Amino acid sequence: MNNAFPIPVRAPRRALPKSVTLAHGGGGSAMRDLIDEVFIDTFKSTTGAPEDQARFDLAALMAQGDRLAFTTDGFVVDPLFFPGGDIGKLAVCGTINDLAVGAARPVALSCAVIIEEGLPLATLRSVARSMAETAHAAGVPIVTGDTKVVARGACDKLFITTTGIGVVRTGIEVGIGRARPGDVILVNGQLGDHGAAILNARGDLALETAIESDCAALHGLIDALVAAAPGVRTMRDATRGGVAAVLNELAAASGVGVRIRELDTPIRSDVLGFCEILGLDPLYLANEGKIVAVVPPDQAAAALQALRDHPLGRGAAAIGRVTDTRPGRVVMETRLGGDRIVDMLVGDQLPRIC
Amino acid sequence: MRYVDEFRDPILARGLIREIETLSARMERGRDRPFSIMEVCGGHTHAIFRYGLEGLLPDIIEFVHGPGCPVCVLPMGRVDDCVAIAEQPEVIFATFGDAMRVPGSRKSLLTAKAEGADIRMVYSPLDALALARRNPEREVVFFGLGFETTMPSTALTVLRAARESIENFSIFCNHITIIPTLRALLEMPDLGIDGFIGPGHVSMVIGTEPYRFIAEEFGKPMVVAGFEPIDLLQSLLMVLRQLDEGRAAIENQYARVVPDAGNPRAMGAVEQVYELRPTFEWRGLGSIEHSGVRLRDAYARFDAERRFSTPEVQVADPAACRCGEVLTGQLKPWACPMFGTSCTPETPLGALMVSSEGSCAAYYQYGGMRQPHLEGAA
Repeated sequence: MNNAFPIPVRAPRRALPKSVTLAHGGGGSAMRDLIDEVFIDTFKSTTGAPEDQARFDLAALMAQGDRLAFTTDGFVVDPLFFPGGDIGKLAVCGTINDLAVGAARPVALSCAVIIEEGLPLATLRSVARSMAETAHAAGVPIVTGDTKVVARGACDKLFITTTGIGVVRTGIEVGIGRARPGDVILVNGQLGDHGAAILNARGDLALETAIESDCAALHGLIDALVAAAPGVRTMRDATRGGVAAVLNELAAASGVGVRIRELDTPIRSDVLGFCEILGLDPLYLANEGKIVAVVPPDQAAAALQALRDHPLGRGAAAIGRVTDTRPGRVVMETRLGGDRIVDMLVGDQLPRIC
Repeated sequence: MRYVDEFRDPILARGLIREIETLSARMERGRDRPFSIMEVCGGHTHAIFRYGLEGLLPDIIEFVHGPGCPVCVLPMGRVDDCVAIAEQPEVIFATFGDAMRVPGSRKSLLTAKAEGADIRMVYSPLDALALARRNPEREVVFFGLGFETTMPSTALTVLRAARESIENFSIFCNHITIIPTLRALLEMPDLGIDGFIGPGHVSMVIGTEPYRFIAEEFGKPMVVAGFEPIDLLQSLLMVLRQLDEGRAAIENQYARVVPDAGNPRAMGAVEQVYELRPTFEWRGLGSIEHSGVRLRDAYARFDAERRFSTPEVQVADPAACRCGEVLTGQLKPWACPMFGTSCTPETPLGALMVSSEGSCAAYYQYGGMRQPHLEGAA
């Protein structure tokens, strides 16, 4: 080999333009450049060699548990960047959490992005970087993906779908229908941060607050919880519809009543103030780093301690109990000792005017 | 939260509840029906349910949830007019969030938005004015809604638009005024209301003077109240004391916010911009004289009713709806045959089921703990 110049195995990459165009979705070299530079290079830290599909060694998976868990979620948050996170971090954490609350150890993620033509490339890079960092920190690689570019107006800036597989621990049975009267209801911290942060970040309220999204991958926390309370009945991440939606599902699916106490329900004072001004109820605000866990009474203390010992569970609290009265209903004992029913919302919460 | 937590203090609340129990137990003797206390304002209704106050009070006290939810009393025909304006291609229609779900005869604003109308949720009329500045090629219409609480901010926005000569901005004015409505209510035969908890936010603007006729002509006590549970309990106790002493006066529990003279500057703006309509239609209550306002001729160019053609058809409430009786306290929400069957928050027939301040929706969602319907279901 005495070539003075190495012969490139493929055409050198052109510098990418400032924003994404339809050509980047056309299947040609522009698309390859985009995928290589923005995704493959960025995700390399977690993926190894790129293939058209990811391959898993079954024996290694089977060593971790006895069932495969499989889940998918689409992310369309607006704005793309918000205090405490961005759509990329959300897409990674959200799917990890969906696996983790099923008592599964997350193994790998896929990532499909739909990009609106005209999205600044810097934005896309920044989101991809955030996904890579989050996945790396969580120890869950992004192993396969897809990119599409659609015409302006056909989507809003950037949509991401992540799919995840995980292995469910042998011997752990969780399900939304397994709650029994007497069980204790735990949360791992203050409620409503994500919903309030997003509403605030949309910017049309002009409220000066420093509320940050609680967006976080919770599989480590759940590991600790399951180890401390192997009899855990069910866990749910309290995303859309908030804790209220999870508790209503629980009451309906398990055919039990749920009674929580307002004074035991942790909510940051700035989130409370924000809700106060807008006439919103924090129980219905989305969370992206909070779970509701239902544990049998004899394991409740250990479970709560395990949550509190974890950095993502310092504000954990027992907020109430499963009861045998009023099956299907969620009742909150107000701070004054009165009762109110916490129902499912019909649609989004709409701010009240007076 | 400072200045708020004090008014939610459980120990203070228990003390007040005990006083109410003692007083009402003494007053109860020889009485064959409960004390009916109407809270006029939707914000109070919301707070009563949010804190579960009804369940904490003796059975002899009954709250009647009054007509003070502006979304609930908006007639269907006006919602149809809104939708017609919002569906004009050049229009950006700006509205408060809770008006979105109110059913018109064909659809709600939420449906119109899903079908392509450019409807934006705003938190203040000034946000709508900002939309007009940012979109000079579009017509921005703000859905002016509410009692004297929101009337001044709409008026000040109109004055500002006039000062800045913003041409592409107008108001679809549905502001209503509380006094004629209270009078109409009091003039109803068989109104079984013993006393009133007066609206705090409205009074912050109009003061307490305008309510005098309630005590002087109709002999009913009223206490203007704040919105925290301690405010409500204290106000209820003040109403009961008046009843016990055989007095009828207008008292102000919310003096930390409500000056007896109101807010003259806000009233000045209201006076400058609006005039009374001869009559205005209320859902469930029918037409009430001088109960609504419209923009004065001097501000005609900001009046969406004059700038856009609307159907202006009066639409009768569904025949089965008994919202009027619920609004006047003659019927409990759950006693309506439609309640929870064909009328639910998902598919509201009457407006009282729409807003979280509407008494039917509040009962449905927060669950009046004395509500036989729910007790039965549970």
